Formats: sequence, structure tokens, C-alpha cells
Amino acid sequence: MVSFTPTDEQRMLVEAIHRYAELDVRPIAHEADEAASIPDAVIRTGWEIGLIPASLPEEYGGFGQREALTGVLAAEELAWGDLAVALKVMAPALVAYPVLMFGTEAQKRDLLPRFCEDYSPMTAALTEPGLFFDPLAMQTTATAEDGQFVLNGAKANVPLAAEAETILVYAREAGGEVGAYLVDRQQAGIAVGEREKLMGIRGLETYPLTLDGVRVDQARRLGGEAGIRFGLIQNYAHVALAALAVGVARASAEYARAYAKQRVQFGVPIATKQAIAFMLAEAAIEVDAARLMVWEAAWKLDQGQEATREATLARQYAANAALTVTDAGVQTLGGYGFIREYPVERWLRNARGFAMFSGLAMV
Amino acid sequence: MAISFEIPERVVQEQQMAMALAQGVMRPQARRLDEDEHARPVDFIQMIWPVLRDQQKRQLDKLLAPPDPNKPKREGPGITYLRMMVQVEALSWGDAGQYLCMPSALLAGSAIEAVGTPEQKERFLRRFAEGDDPKWGAMAMTEPNAGSDTKAIETTAVLDPETREWVLNGEKIFITGGGLALNESNGLVVVWATVDKSAGRAGMKPFVVEARTPGVIVTKAEIKHGIRASDTVAVSFQNARIPYDHLLGDPEVRAIDEGGTKGFKGAMATFDASRPLVAAGALGVGRAALEFVREKLIEAGIDIPYDRPYHKLSAIQRDVLEMEAQLKAAYLLTLRAISLLDHGQRNSLEASMAKAKAGKAVTWVTQKAVEILGMMGYNREWLAEKWMRDARINDIYEGTGQINLLIVARRILDYSSRELN
Repeated sequence: MVSFTPTDEQRMLVEAIHRYAELDVRPIAHEADEAASIPDAVIRTGWEIGLIPASLPEEYGGFGQREALTGVLAAEELAWGDLAVALKVMAPALVAYPVLMFGTEAQKRDLLPRFCEDYSPMTAALTEPGLFFDPLAMQTTATAEDGQFVLNGAKANVPLAAEAETILVYAREAGGEVGAYLVDRQQAGIAVGEREKLMGIRGLETYPLTLDGVRVDQARRLGGEAGIRFGLIQNYAHVALAALAVGVARASAEYARAYAKQRVQFGVPIATKQAIAFMLAEAAIEVDAARLMVWEAAWKLDQGQEATREATLARQYAANAALTVTDAGVQTLGGYGFIREYPVERWLRNARGFAMFSGLAMV
Repeated sequence: MAISFEIPERVVQEQQMAMALAQGVMRPQARRLDEDEHARPVDFIQMIWPVLRDQQKRQLDKLLAPPDPNKPKREGPGITYLRMMVQVEALSWGDAGQYLCMPSALLAGSAIEAVGTPEQKERFLRRFAEGDDPKWGAMAMTEPNAGSDTKAIETTAVLDPETREWVLNGEKIFITGGGLALNESNGLVVVWATVDKSAGRAGMKPFVVEARTPGVIVTKAEIKHGIRASDTVAVSFQNARIPYDHLLGDPEVRAIDEGGTKGFKGAMATFDASRPLVAAGALGVGRAALEFVREKLIEAGIDIPYDRPYHKLSAIQRDVLEMEAQLKAAYLLTLRAISLLDHGQRNSLEASMAKAKAGKAVTWVTQKAVEILGMMGYNREWLAEKWMRDARINDIYEGTGQINLLIVARRILDYSSRELN
């Protein structure tokens, strides 16, 4: 039966995240962007909401079950607060969920309980530097050698790489398939480069990474012999990014709406002019449409159905919607929209990233 | 509750049946009925009348059944509107013009259901639920000088105190199914007229005008850009006399001196159902065009991959992915508006969102389809150019895209129509 009503548990979770986003995140978002640094306390508070433990089974220290629908509801709300904070708080999921999905029993027992403790940065390395990154034609390779795997290549946009203990590195294997390897950052052959300077999500630390003959035991290949289904991981990643895009778009749409109601020009609030009102109406429609596409894709994933089409379209649609909606937000504020003290230009910079972000989030 | 996109098995089956009709009966006639503009889709009407009649009978009987205190109230949401949505979408996929010739009470039925008394519902709607001959209902609101601005209507209804009849005078245009209702069946038209021009909306009342009423003259069958099989007429009312009890509604609706606008609001409330259904019709046309494009691309050896990055897609593949995304977005907004109806919840905002999005998306999708197909798209041998023309009306009727944006804007900004106009 078709329904668009979240469960009571989901609603309570969203309310809790909203409080966090409003009271803890929004007040520091501007300064975090300017200083390119998010206060640790804000990340800790976000972590304590317990998103990941709530998605892990009891046997691994958690207290719940992972659902993509719950994940996208949470992601939207976090991103409504601030995208950089959302990505940083959720970063451990880049390891936790692939391990939950495909890890061997030993890998799950080893890693999953760590996500039920204090925040500790973990990350994944997927994107590669240069033009035309294609996840299905990665340049980073994993070669079998003397009962081990040897990783070679270069990665980029790896969040938290300088402090993460464990990095899940995606690499192309001999058969052309994509494998994932649990790498210890301290291992020989790994070099974390200088922190990247990005247009948006400036509070989140991202780094380039080079892998030069990094040796990994077979036990550290995610999924062991069976490996992973990279396409499925990508679907969850697409849905996560799409949900975050919806959150950013919604933040801008709501802000522009409130602003247009109080900004008086020509003796009336500008929202009473159709030129403005129609931008706001279109923004509201696009936010809702994108959210529904995210929900449908997440629902399909939760049903265990093939969802590549839905996840891809949701990702594409939400990325476009986020850009047009945040752009309209800047336009609604006019000159003020261009001033960094107002959040709309930050949301536009953040939104631009969704078309190319890869491997930055997971639900 | 939980978020779910599960379409019940029964609805899926009904959709398949509608698709069979669309494919087997409507598609073969689609081109001919487009070229021969005022011909009637006889096959479709004959096939679907018994089905619609029996559906309408069940609905009417349920509507008029006295409340049975022993019968437990049905738990949870219904599927009435979801069934309509998939049916409308499928039939429009077959041919949007023919679909609009569906023999049923259509918009007249919505108005009668919304504001008619039980006695009037029985009197006016029973014909759509019985008999071997198909009947049509229609709604006459638009006038040459009153399009989106419905309160500007000039058609008058004056009560003749001697005969206690209403005397109607004026011109109505763009009446879908008006010829079928008035001249080609024992149908009826709900006509909006003002009983007191100075009262504005409060003076606007709905009247039921029966087929073949003297002084009611179909003056023109329009020739149109698209949906050519659809019957769109102008009607002139020249001292047309209507029985007193053809004014729809309870005394509150009828009262003109109280300044009430319940009748008008009743009409507006029918948009909550009609707009998502118009959106559903748009989706059917869009899907037809998209499926055809994909089919032709596959024949030409071009697939549409979902796992490839932007730079590895051709311009055509990107276009098709965007067409698909736009259609899906419109579909989901429509599904939400429909689902709210089935849950018995207000949906005016969501209905206008769905209508605005679907009208625009499908217009773009079908125009793009013609472009991608090149001269094949432009050639009347195939249906792509027809779908483009058929799609265009969806951003116009039942509230233009702009009117629906205005409604969305008022609702999200919490503005009245006076504050934002």
C-alpha cells in the first residue's frame, strides 16, 4: 500500500537530528566554513545521536537494523544543518556499512563494535585525481602476490585521511572487478598528501592519497573470497548523496521563503511578487520531487530489489535540484545572497558538488 | 504507517487490463482520429462504456447507501484514486484524445458529488450507472473573458418568479465532452453562472443543464493543436430555461443573500482530485513518448546505461536519462497527491505541485522525443509528433502551470489570494 508517512521511530529520529542541526550545527556552520574546521564537540554531539549503532545488530554491539529509508531521512536532516558536518559525522559509515553488507564474520566482529564507541574517524578512498573519473575503470589496482594483495595508485577527495585509522580502499582487481581493501593508514607505502582546498564543504578535511606497493593480507580484502558487490555499494552511496542534496536544497528553499516574506521593496514584501513567488514555488516542488525519488530508491533497496535505475536517477535529479534551488536562493536574496554572512551562497557552493561527489557518503 | 511504494496487486492487474485496451483498441485508431479531427472513437467508447457504467454504479450505490451502523467502518486507506490514476495513465498512454472521450460523468460528476444533495446525485448521476447507451457529463466554466480568472464569468442565471425556472444567458467555451453530453447522448453539463454579479464568487452557482434543453446551442467544435479526438466545444445559452431544482446543492449553496461561497469552494475542492488525475494523463503521454524513443534507440544499437559517469554518456543518453528522471519526479509527485486522497487527507498543495510538474515535464519530454527522433519524430507516420501536441494541453487545462504555481506559492508562503495575486 502506497504511503508517504514515516514510522514513529523515524519521525522521532528526524526530530532529534533536527534539534541537533538547528541548535548545534547551524550556529557554527558559517565559522566552520570560514575556518575550514568543525569543532570536535559538534561532531561528538552528532555522533551521540547514534545513527550507526542504531543500524547495527546487537551481536556486533549495536541496537537495531540498517534501513536505507531511515538513513536518507537522517541524511536529509543532517545536511539541512550543514553539509560538511553531515559528511563528517557520517564518514564512519563509509566503512561500517560496506563491512556490514559484505564483511566476513571475522571482519564484522573485528570492526563493527568500534562504531558503537566514541567517534573515531574512518574513511573510504574511491575517487581518483584528474579528469574523467570512472568508478568502473579505476586506475588504482590490487594485484595478487605471494598470498597477499598489493595496492598501487592514487586517490583523491578522501575525507579525514590524515586521522582515520582505517581506510577502505577501492581498487580494480585482475578480473576487472572492483574490490575493497581494509588498509591501516600507518602501513608502508601509504602517503597522505596535503589537505585539499575545495569550493564548498570546507569544514570537511579531504586529502589526496597515494598507494605505492601497499601490501594487504587476504583477510583484509572486504568479503574475503566472495568479495563485494560494488554496484550495490554505489547504489547506497548514490541514495545517500541524493538525500544530502535534498537537505541542502531544503535549507535554501526555506531560508529564501522566510527572507522573501520579510524583505520589503516597493513597499511590499518581495514574496508578494510573482517573479519571486514562482521561484519559491518551483523550489518547493523540486525539493519534494527530489525527496520522493530518494525515498523510492531507498525503499527499493530496503526491499532487496534491484535499484540501480532509481538510485542513479535520484542522484542525478537531486544533484540538479540542489543546484537550481540553491541558485534561486542566492537570487532571492539579491546582493545579500552574495555576501558570505548569509548562508545561501555557502549552500550554492555545497550544492555544486553533488554532481561529482563520489564515495563521500553512505546510508 | 511506513513509507511505501507498494502498488497493490489488484491495482497492478487493473493497470494491465487498461494497458491491453490502450494497446489493442486505442493505439490502432490513434492516428486516424488525430487526422480526422471530429470523428468519434467508437471502438473505444463501446468497449469501455460497460466497464465504466458498472464502476459508476458501484460508486453511486455506495455514495447513496444509508449509513449502516452494523457495518464496521473500513480500516485504513482506500485505493479508489490510485485505481483511477493507473487507469487514466494507461488510457492516455493509448491515446490522450480518445481517453478524454470516456463516457462518464467526468467533471460534472465531481461537481455533483461535491455539492449536490443526495436526491440530486441520484437524479443526475444514475444515468451514468445504467443503460446500454453511453452518456457523457461535462463542465462549463470557462468563457471568452474568463479563463484562469473564473470569478469574471458573465453567464447569468435569473430566476423567473412565475415559473420558478432559472433563465441562463451567456457563452461558455472549451467544454470537454460538451458535444457528446448535450447532442450525442442523454447527458448533462454543469454550468457555472452568476445569480448576482455584484456578489463576486458568492454569486457563482452550478446548474445542471440537461441534453437537448431548448436555448442551449453547441456553436462550435474547436480545432486543436493536440488531443484532437477530444470533443471541445463552445455553447451558447440563449434564454435557456432550467428547472429550479437544477441548481446544485443544499440550501447553503443556493443562498445568495448570505454571501456564502460554499458552492464555489466546492468546485475548487474538486480540483484536488482532478489535478492529480490530469497529471496522471500527462504521465501516460510522456511514457508513450519515452518508451518509443528507447525502443528506436535500442534498434539503433544505443542503450541507456545507469551506472556510467557523465563524461561517458552521449548527449542522447543524457537526454533520455533526464527525460526519465523528469517523468519519474512527476509520477512520484502525482502518486503522493493521489495517495493523500486515498488516505482522506487534504492535498491541495500536493495536487497543484503534481499538476504543475507533470504539465511542464511531459511537455518537455515529448518535445525532446521529437528532437531525438529527428525527422522520424516529425513525420506523421509515427506518433511522436502527436504525443508532443497531445502533451501540451496538460500545462494549460485544469489550471495552467502558472496558476498552479501561484497556488503552491500561496500555500507555502501562507498568503491569501488577495496577498499574492
